[in-house]
Amino acid sequence: MTVGFIMMCHTALDRAAQVARYWAEHDAPVVIHVDKRVPAHEFGALGRSLADLPNVSFCKRFKCDWGTWSLVAAAQAGAEQMLARHEEVRHVYLASGACLPLRPVQELTDYLDARPQTDFIESVTTADVGWTVGGIDMERFTLRFPFSWKTQRRLFDRYVALQRRLGLKRRIPDGLVPHLGSQWWCLTRQTLSAILQDPERPAYDRYFKKVWIPDESYFQTLARLYATSIESRSLTLSKFDFQGKPHIFYDDHLQLLRRSDCFVARKIWPKADRLYSAFLSPRAASDTRAEPNPAKIDRLFSKAVERRTKGRPGLYMQSRFPLKDRENGKTSAPYSVFQGFTDLFENFEGWLSKHVGARVHGHLFAPERAEFAGGDAMFNGCLPDSAILRDYNPRAFLTNVIWNSRGERQCFMYSPRDTQKDIDWFTATDPNAQISVITGAWAVPLFRSNLNFAEIRREAARLQNIELAHVTILRSMYVKARVRIWTMADFIENPMEPLQTIIDEISPRATRRLTEAPQMVDLTGFGQFLQNLKNQGMQPRLMGDFPVGGDPRPHSLRRGRPYLVK
Amino acid sequence: MSIRTSYRLRLKRKRFLFRAFRKRRELTAVAERTGAIRKGDVLAFVTLRNERIRLPFFLRYYRELGISHFLIVDNGSDDGSAEYLAAQEDVSLWRTEASYKRSRFGVDWMNWLLRKYGTGHWTLTVDPDEFFVYPFCDTRPINALTDWLDTYHIRSFPAMLLDMYPKGPIDAEPYREGQDPFEIACWFDSGNYMISKNSEFHNLWIQGGPRARMFFANKPLAAPSLNKIPLVKWEKGFAFASSTHMILPRGLNTVYDEWGGEKASGCLLHAKFLSPLTAKVAEELERREHFAGSREYKAYSDKLAREPDLWCKWSEKYINWRQLEILGLMSKGNWA
Repeated sequence: MTVGFIMMCHTALDRAAQVARYWAEHDAPVVIHVDKRVPAHEFGALGRSLADLPNVSFCKRFKCDWGTWSLVAAAQAGAEQMLARHEEVRHVYLASGACLPLRPVQELTDYLDARPQTDFIESVTTADVGWTVGGIDMERFTLRFPFSWKTQRRLFDRYVALQRRLGLKRRIPDGLVPHLGSQWWCLTRQTLSAILQDPERPAYDRYFKKVWIPDESYFQTLARLYATSIESRSLTLSKFDFQGKPHIFYDDHLQLLRRSDCFVARKIWPKADRLYSAFLSPRAASDTRAEPNPAKIDRLFSKAVERRTKGRPGLYMQSRFPLKDRENGKTSAPYSVFQGFTDLFENFEGWLSKHVGARVHGHLFAPERAEFAGGDAMFNGCLPDSAILRDYNPRAFLTNVIWNSRGERQCFMYSPRDTQKDIDWFTATDPNAQISVITGAWAVPLFRSNLNFAEIRREAARLQNIELAHVTILRSMYVKARVRIWTMADFIENPMEPLQTIIDEISPRATRRLTEAPQMVDLTGFGQFLQNLKNQGMQPRLMGDFPVGGDPRPHSLRRGRPYLVK
Repeated sequence: MSIRTSYRLRLKRKRFLFRAFRKRRELTAVAERTGAIRKGDVLAFVTLRNERIRLPFFLRYYRELGISHFLIVDNGSDDGSAEYLAAQEDVSLWRTEASYKRSRFGVDWMNWLLRKYGTGHWTLTVDPDEFFVYPFCDTRPINALTDWLDTYHIRSFPAMLLDMYPKGPIDAEPYREGQDPFEIACWFDSGNYMISKNSEFHNLWIQGGPRARMFFANKPLAAPSLNKIPLVKWEKGFAFASSTHMILPRGLNTVYDEWGGEKASGCLLHAKFLSPLTAKVAEELERREHFAGSREYKAYSDKLAREPDLWCKWSEKYINWRQLEILGLMSKGNWA
């Protein structure tokens, strides 16, 4: 017994001819349907090029439009001709002109001979498909579609909406359960002839003529009526992307296609010379009865669709520039922002980099330059430390830092003295950010500075305003970052606990407890300093409670042992 | 889009088209072989001046990609470029002595040729030092890309300008005729690009790279634009607005996804920083025919005299398009 192919062609007829010849020469009869729109001279040339093959014939031509009945009519005509002319055919395989056989015909015949009663047709109830275009699935069968989806989209949509509003519905003929599936099937003579010779066929045809995309549902639904054993999958490897367009195969897919063990692949780029010459050259059928296994190709294409729809988180580039809140990841990896820590501790960066496996930068947004880790003038990706360039587009700078160092966590210091523009809201609403703030710590450098008090007072007021604004942002309801805020007074009361929490969060696998706290700067007289600011008419609001005279002394820089009674 | 904006942009476009129409007189055909253009051919459009030494590799590179015909405007070369090009079978050549600046840096000439010969074709508008790289360019010819774009009804394809530079002084290793320029200038900056959106034309404005960090670190606003849309399925009413950075109608500029996904894109490898650069810079400064009073060339001549190395330890060495894809400079989109 053999398999017969119906080929639906409308372009690249030379390739279709090549494939038809391959099948016909391997004793598989071929019936070709050529779109009526193809000009006569091209059709004539195709006919002449295949004239020497007795088992290739052409069926009645229809003008084919995507998603219309014409495609079913063409398939019916081809199938009728196939069944009538070729007695020896048991399975009929519907293929397109852009299909390419990946395995020798003999292997396909053997495969089908082992399953003589099986129909290979993807046939799924509407409830189970997630791939329909335009969100119309069951309604394909119950609404009317007189307008073309491709060329009269507006009319199409409006008419659908109107029918929905008026609750208009068509009756589905009795006994039919709508099924959908790939239009590339392989049916047995028994099933196919039952469909084509059904006394009810005129009624079914009348019904399906007004169904939307009937080529994905006509045979798929009717096969359910007659088939004894349906394998609900297509033997043709054909993948569609999120817009319902078929993925195309090129020369560089050769190995992938070889290893897929599928019988036929669609759609092949017509100029993929290597694919055509590799798969159409004479090959011996191998004995391996390998099952088709398109998993690798599935993965390749689903990755492509994911890239197109979701993209790489945190990447901003020429063809991916998401609107605000559509970023699908504002940045590409988690990072930590420390505010106030460098003011309170001596060499905090050094201490931090000893305790976490991360790159610890200084103040990346410092007014003079971006203080990259190690005092470098340039960072990964040739990112320069120039403050002017950075402040020209601070958000791009930050996302670049994170993107360029993928795979390594970044920590940086921040302060009200640094550039705030664009960064405050961006980091606050970024789930990748871990922001730890010791409020009021910016006063410590002022306290230790050698400035005139009037200047100190002015600067303190400025920084306080900036930090207040920042803290307001960090406390807003829109925050997505992991934010921790302490007043300075609270923090120095017990610095180890919060530090341990932060560090555990940065490197969760490190089991070692902190034993040594960073060296705190000398705060003797800080209370008096704050009182002086107050006396000068400024109200320091962010440091917490520092009584005059009672100079802050942290309990102990060593981790306390709470179970020890002193 | 409000009716006013759309009308204003329309007027702008019409003005560009009219300029192109007027400037057509400046072009004199030297070798007119446009009769050889067939339906479905991908065409290259080039303006150049004194690029003789670079031409053999340029033509070879694009022939291998599958460009069928080159339409070239020679702006007064005196180094034999014209003679060389006129002898090529797949080149149509026009000559002009008119001002490069007054034709808006060649754009008017290009718009005219694109309208006249490019309509209905996929057109690639590049400079002789720009080399187009797109996803799978090592295994698929440019027709594979344009066919794929056609199935999605995509009319324009972006390719960011990627400045390539050598390690060490730019003039140290002389460029030989026919040589791949990226054997010498094989380094690039991978991650210092800044993007903002142009609200009028809706294109992305990309700046950065070695030119921004070396020559414009103190005036980033003036740093050269790197966004380009070189590959366009041309239609009659189209017009490049400013080089190939922007095009009208502005729908062609939205080559990027705003919902988080990635559209397909390529890169234009820019072999600008290649010997003989110093001589070229001096000449261009003399001619004053470049953008914004040739400020770019001024910056080059100042800086390159003192500090001629663009290379730094973070520079990335060019391997292939996949590397650019991984670095996030270009994307395959949903092409697989």
